[in-house]
Amino acid sequence: MRIPILKLGNYLLISIQMELDDKTAIQFQEDLLQRIHETGATGVVVDLTSVDIIDSFIAKVLGEVVSMSDLMGAKVVLTGIQPAVAITLIDLGIHLQNVQTALDLEQGLMKLHQELGE
Amino acid sequence: MEPHSFIGIKKEWDIVGARQLGREIARKLGFGTVDQARIATAISEIARNIYLYAEDGKVTFETIEGMNHKGLRIIASDNGPGIDNISQVMEDGYTTSGGLGAGLPGVKRLMDEFDIQSEVGKGTIVTAVKWLR
Repeated sequence: MRIPILKLGNYLLISIQMELDDKTAIQFQEDLLQRIHETGATGVVVDLTSVDIIDSFIAKVLGEVVSMSDLMGAKVVLTGIQPAVAITLIDLGIHLQNVQTALDLEQGLMKLHQELGE
Repeated sequence: MEPHSFIGIKKEWDIVGARQLGREIARKLGFGTVDQARIATAISEIARNIYLYAEDGKVTFETIEGMNHKGLRIIASDNGPGIDNISQVMEDGYTTSGGLGAGLPGVKRLMDEFDIQSEVGKGTIVTAVKWLR
């Protein structure tokens, strides 16, 4: 299964709407970096509104996606993390430092506009 | 729901199957969304340990009745290589898989009770309980 990646101007939008298994998460990592490379996107919003579980492996993959995209010159904002997911991540001891977040997709796009001034 | 259900862990996708089944059982027992997420996340961590280190094992779910409250017991058992140094794997940040090292100490924090028994060459049994509040 692959997660669709949409292009909107200079940004890429991803809304994760499926149960994330390890393979899908790794595939997404590769697909997103490839799309950043192809499109020259400067900003990425990954919306997690429909994701009801993030375990340590998926958190690691998401954290890496942010660092890898940053290396390529694209800023990533994670949006829509559910209350239960935020609580379990902190229980697990995962703080996802250096990761930009926003309440929802709209705020995530605003954050990118502010940071990138586009 | 039967008091005992289990799911075998052989393929990577079984990790997802285990946490989905566990969440469903937790929901039926009356756990709220936050505890459902805690339980599903704990299952994901222990099922991944089986998949990564033992290759074959199972996760069993039992509903338990205390004096005046109910709970869910999760038992992850495998016949894998076992763990030589349990205190080491219970340290925050310890990892051999390149993960975040949140695994077992994280599971302990997510659940109310936690126990691990392991014998090198025989296997490992992780038991965790969440009580309905």
